[in-house]
Amino acid sequence: MSKERIKISEDLYDIMPSDYQDLVKSATYGKEDRGWKDIGNSKELIEQHSLCAGCPESMAFRYILASLPNPEDTVMVGSTGCTSLVFPMVAVHNIHSLFGNQNAIASGLKRALSVRFPGRTKDVVVLAGDGATVDIGLDMTLQAWFRQEKFTTICFDNELYANTGGQESGLMQKGFVAKMAPVGKLFDKVRLPEIARESGCHYVVQCTVSKPSLIEKVIKNAVMIAREIGPTYLQLYTPCILEIGKNSMEGLQEMRDSEKPTERFAYKEYISEPAKQLLAEMAAKDKEKKAAAKQLAAQGA
Amino acid sequence: MADTHSVIGTKNKKGQTFTDTWKMMNEAPRTPSFYTGSEVIKEALRRASCDVMIAYPITPQSEAAALIGELFAEGYIGDYFRGESEFAVMSQCAGAAFGGARVFTTTAGPGTMRAMENFPMWSGARLPIQMIVTCRGINSPLSIQPDTLEIAYLLNTGMLVWHAETAQDFFDWILMGYMVSEEPDVHLPLALCCDGFFVTHTKDVVNLTPADMCLPPYDPYRSPVPCMDMECPPVRMMRDPFVMKSNYISYATHASWQQEVWAAVERSRKHTIKWLNGLIETENTDAEVIIVASGTAVSQGREAIRLLEDEGIRCGLVKVKVLRPWPGEEIREATKNAKHIIVPEFNVTGWLAKEIKATIPNSERVHAGPRVCGGMTMPPEIIVSEIKTLLGMTTVSMATRG
Repeated sequence: MSKERIKISEDLYDIMPSDYQDLVKSATYGKEDRGWKDIGNSKELIEQHSLCAGCPESMAFRYILASLPNPEDTVMVGSTGCTSLVFPMVAVHNIHSLFGNQNAIASGLKRALSVRFPGRTKDVVVLAGDGATVDIGLDMTLQAWFRQEKFTTICFDNELYANTGGQESGLMQKGFVAKMAPVGKLFDKVRLPEIARESGCHYVVQCTVSKPSLIEKVIKNAVMIAREIGPTYLQLYTPCILEIGKNSMEGLQEMRDSEKPTERFAYKEYISEPAKQLLAEMAAKDKEKKAAAKQLAAQGA
Repeated sequence: MADTHSVIGTKNKKGQTFTDTWKMMNEAPRTPSFYTGSEVIKEALRRASCDVMIAYPITPQSEAAALIGELFAEGYIGDYFRGESEFAVMSQCAGAAFGGARVFTTTAGPGTMRAMENFPMWSGARLPIQMIVTCRGINSPLSIQPDTLEIAYLLNTGMLVWHAETAQDFFDWILMGYMVSEEPDVHLPLALCCDGFFVTHTKDVVNLTPADMCLPPYDPYRSPVPCMDMECPPVRMMRDPFVMKSNYISYATHASWQQEVWAAVERSRKHTIKWLNGLIETENTDAEVIIVASGTAVSQGREAIRLLEDEGIRCGLVKVKVLRPWPGEEIREATKNAKHIIVPEFNVTGWLAKEIKATIPNSERVHAGPRVCGGMTMPPEIIVSEIKTLLGMTTVSMATRG
């Protein structure tokens, strides 16, 4: 979509919703170096949300939407859960259809967009919870990777079914007592990042969303690698403060505690050889561009 | 100013000419060809300007699904792949349709059942996907044989449901189906059903339209809901109705949307009547006995009528072509003179008879049978026998046929 498309006819300007007016005036569609630092200075692509106060998922949403390299040509696919309460307020096209089928939807969508817009960039990004990604939808998650479908899968890992009230999930830690795990979960947290690597993902990162700059980097890498090479997977810890007994202001600390080198959300990354090459090329181009800009600035001065 | 741009008369990359569908179906010369039902599906798809086809093996649709793969290899289909299960395939079809593609798929029996969660979602999201259902048994123990029970489950999904009798129906209806499905005031998925094996695996003479003519492409911007391709402004779009809100406006939104889906099914009626020349076909409706059937049971009914004629018994016929929208008025009118309404079916529950009973006055006239299931054939003689019994005539035991 060209940025021109969102312009409002002058005659209709005053009757358009204010969030649309803001989007036209100060959103970051088409801004090449958009990122988390735009938050607070420009119109975000998320208008309100109905998540709990202090929910780390809401932070994750804001960082991700601020970091998408090409939101004006990105379609997102969600699933049922807390994320589906947010998506209707997000200013990129997004699809919710059923619970767990997000990677199947994204496969069909990406192929349709490739048929309809040959030679144009149309990114597809899946964003779903751990129940959708690892339990009910695991088959479709993995099969999309086996087929080398060119889109990014993001899993909001809160280690349980949050939206239905805190039931055991495959990504829950062993021993955690929850609904449907009355004597504690009996098996280990599923190791999806390793499975993703073995299933053909070219870029896999597991981390928390405590650092916006890190989220910006991994989102950009994941989307660019998916666009050019093949499937990518991000598993982001977004603790459900409600279900682990924390207060609204304690989400950030919970993430910081869980990302220490010895903890289960220590930063983990896998990059395939072709993906490494692409990232190196991107870095070189970026450097060149900065040097050229510097030179231009020097000439101007 | 109206957009006067049209692709009609221009050629696609395979050299086929985009042709006005009405002319292509009703005026273009037809070539008689001797094909299996599966091959006819392929030939229809060759002319359908289809963007995405997603396949999965299950008898008896596997051959058709694989043949369409050959079309893809030849360059007639935009994209094609094998999904991992019918549930996934129907979701992949949804993804492709959300992205603005003309989508085609085929399934059967247990596959239809496995994918079931997708179908009301397709209707609710107003995705004009076309799905061929080559009906087969869904019971346990395992059966791959013809049986139409799965159609009963599709009737309340909000999809359009048509039931083909012959391969010729199939060829014409696949192409016409897109024209009805994609109307802006309809924009709903179509389940185009047939009886597996009887139609898919038998050869028949089918009159084909010229292979160098094809349907005009699908225009996703005529959809009543936005196409998910980021080509139109995305502000605060609520593709989905309100979720998990316990308030009146939420309930009202959900209720009105469901009503709108069924209103769209109703609105398809006028388009379907135009393309299919009516939702039903009738013969001799002034007779006292009328067979009302859909699918292959219609063919068996025709044979039974011929046998009865030899004995001087006059019997009429109603072929129900379209199940959703339901041709209630047409069936009421066609059966108004009948004393006995015979409904032969290839399933154990007799869903068609139930639908008819709920539609016509004096429903005790409806005789829900004969019914066969699990792959049994329906010899016309058992229809004859059933009718003669109803008329108080003695019949010879089937066992004496030798």
